[in-house]
Amino acid sequence: MTWLSLMPAGSRAVVSALPGAHGLAKRMIALGLTPGAEVRVLQNRGRGPLLIEVHCARLALGWGQAAKVAVQPVAADEVAVASEACPGELSEEG
Amino acid sequence: MSEAVPPGAHDGSPAASLDDLSTRPLNIALAGQPNVGKSTVFNALTGLSQHVGNWAGKTVEKKTGRVVHEGRQIELVDLPGTYSLTSGSEDERVARDYLIMERPDVVLVILNAASLERNLYLVAELLALPYPLVIGLNMVDVAESHGLKVDAHVLEAALNVPVIELVATKGRGLSPLLDAALRFADQPESFKPNRPVVRAKHRPVLDQLDELLEGHSPEGYPPNWTALKLLEGDADMAALVKHDLPDRWPAIHDVLAQHDDAYIDIAGGRYDWIARMVRAAVVEPRRGVTAVTDRVDRVATHPFWGLAVLLAVLAALFGITYTVASPAAGALSGLVLGTFSDFLRSALAGAPGWVSGLLVDGIVAGAGTMLSVVPIMVVFFAVLGLLEDVGYLTRTAYVMDRYMHWIGLHGKSCVPLLLGFGCNVPAVLATRTIEERRSRILTMLLTPFMPCTGRLAVLVFLAPAFFGAYAPWALVGLIGGNLVVLALIGLTVNQLVFKGSRSAFIMEMPLYHVPNARTIGIYVWRNTWAFVKKAGTLIVIVSAIVWALSTYPGPQHSDSVLGILGRFLEPAGALVGLGDWRLIVALISSFVAKENSVATLGVLFESASSVGAAGASLATKVAAVLTPAAAVAFLVVQMTFIPCVATITAIRQETRSWGWAGVSIGLMLVVAFILGLIVYHVGSLF
Repeated sequence: MTWLSLMPAGSRAVVSALPGAHGLAKRMIALGLTPGAEVRVLQNRGRGPLLIEVHCARLALGWGQAAKVAVQPVAADEVAVASEACPGELSEEG
Repeated sequence: MSEAVPPGAHDGSPAASLDDLSTRPLNIALAGQPNVGKSTVFNALTGLSQHVGNWAGKTVEKKTGRVVHEGRQIELVDLPGTYSLTSGSEDERVARDYLIMERPDVVLVILNAASLERNLYLVAELLALPYPLVIGLNMVDVAESHGLKVDAHVLEAALNVPVIELVATKGRGLSPLLDAALRFADQPESFKPNRPVVRAKHRPVLDQLDELLEGHSPEGYPPNWTALKLLEGDADMAALVKHDLPDRWPAIHDVLAQHDDAYIDIAGGRYDWIARMVRAAVVEPRRGVTAVTDRVDRVATHPFWGLAVLLAVLAALFGITYTVASPAAGALSGLVLGTFSDFLRSALAGAPGWVSGLLVDGIVAGAGTMLSVVPIMVVFFAVLGLLEDVGYLTRTAYVMDRYMHWIGLHGKSCVPLLLGFGCNVPAVLATRTIEERRSRILTMLLTPFMPCTGRLAVLVFLAPAFFGAYAPWALVGLIGGNLVVLALIGLTVNQLVFKGSRSAFIMEMPLYHVPNARTIGIYVWRNTWAFVKKAGTLIVIVSAIVWALSTYPGPQHSDSVLGILGRFLEPAGALVGLGDWRLIVALISSFVAKENSVATLGVLFESASSVGAAGASLATKVAAVLTPAAAVAFLVVQMTFIPCVATITAIRQETRSWGWAGVSIGLMLVVAFILGLIVYHVGSLF
């Protein structure tokens, strides 16, 4: 278990818990960031906002907010199985 | 139990009004998440027959349009783009109130085939309401170009909701979409969708809430839907129930308090349902395509290169506006103020002096000068519309996020501020996407510091006469300086008033897509037309009033009402180099509309001169009464002077407080005066 803010670019993780603040959690849910959803990290430079993909949509997420999302990393060899059909992805073979 | 009430379960459902369907226009609502091409669909369906107004009691823009399909009159209402109906933003409240109170005959939901799962979340929420839905699966061409194929028939079978493939940019699929809507309008009872189901864990709680409500609910709201929203922790609904059903509230509140995290589970259940619906429908999974978006974003969202791109884009925006539109504006101005004025003056030679004065020196000099800046508006809105349509504006939010934190805001505030370049009023309205009130108010206070096209028109009009060949550089300097001032004010206000607290940043970054000429065209047309209407009505009246107040009682302009007022303020104006009362009056008249400064200068300077002065020489005449330092000071003060009346009204409505509108006026007045002092006195040293 770790935090979304600590996931490097190119990694995948499954959301396990959302922030406790209801307002923020609700906005995350409406944008598809729900417990159980698989997230692909497109950009994370250690500070500044993250660029992620979840439910086939790209989101910008402040680093501070990403630090409140608990995730379970998905191992690299599971990626091929777990990946969904999303357009615009940079896949491993591409 | 099902999430929803069956159709017709409450009285007054669409079915009840079936008998008058042949006579009244059908009421069809257009719903969808942001970035699904909903406006393109709306524009394609309604063309220029659309009407833009406001939702009752709200400043949220309400777009409606008439469509005739198969001989039936349809009133199409474009609901605000919302991700859900539960998270409590102003847009969601508007969409929800409309659905509950106006009871549309059919709801058209537009989905983006390229982000189907997330888009279906709104469908899952809409299915809880008792209205027939028709799904428009838009951007199927874009999805296919990305190697993704959605089988509309399979999705339709899974949902048991009509799914029509659309390519709205090419007008494909629109007719079948309306066909399906008409079918349900005539037979709402034939709508029998598969609805999402609440997870087993929370069904007993939902039943318990239903029992506590005993079929009662706030007026207009279906009881089952009320129970569901309560369990989802919907604050608006809780307040409504507490107010309307005070006897039942304590027991309901107890139940809710024990399940305050149920909303996560309910949302999870909806995504489970979506996953089942989508599994069969997506027939061609990803084949390792490196999409344009990925490649562009590697540069456009890079901390350094992204910033460079943003600066280049802004430079291009102003560069194009200046090089393309300025000559056109100059030519038009010469035509209106020179040729047309001369013609009118000679045509009116026999009429009393005041008639010619009012028409030529008042209305034509004022409103005519205004119309000459129309090319600037057209070009500017075209480029801004293009940037928005392509999907670039949201990237600026991402790139600027880290810098916006310095002034206590986050990236989202960047989009309204950029829209402020066009017009401050929609910029103030665009702050609605910012959830926290504190950030929203700070953004609203900063918005009027964005140099809008009205102010830019004044700059572009006067700069060539003031700065000669250096005009483009002067403009860059003034606009750049304006943005620096904006940042400093943000920094100060945030530290002093809001104590530097921070807020959350989360927003969608849509895939880039090919711009649609029609969408941009309508954007340009609407904004420019609003401006021309203003020039044709408000500015004509103000020009006439300015002319009258600057002519009477006379005999000299300086003895007129405005002359006396202006001269009374001259000592204050002199401090910032504006010792000429006409400049002070021009500034004051910018309160009505920023571009009015030019119109007022037109009236005051044109009528003072002899017959047949061309527009270009108006700027020269203004330049002649100012020292270089005073000329810069005038432009600086003009750019930061109090917001126009439309912006103030928007701030008042959005904050629901005259207080913040007053703060905005006071803040800008003080800033304009201080900047004028600094610029004039420092400038005079050289």
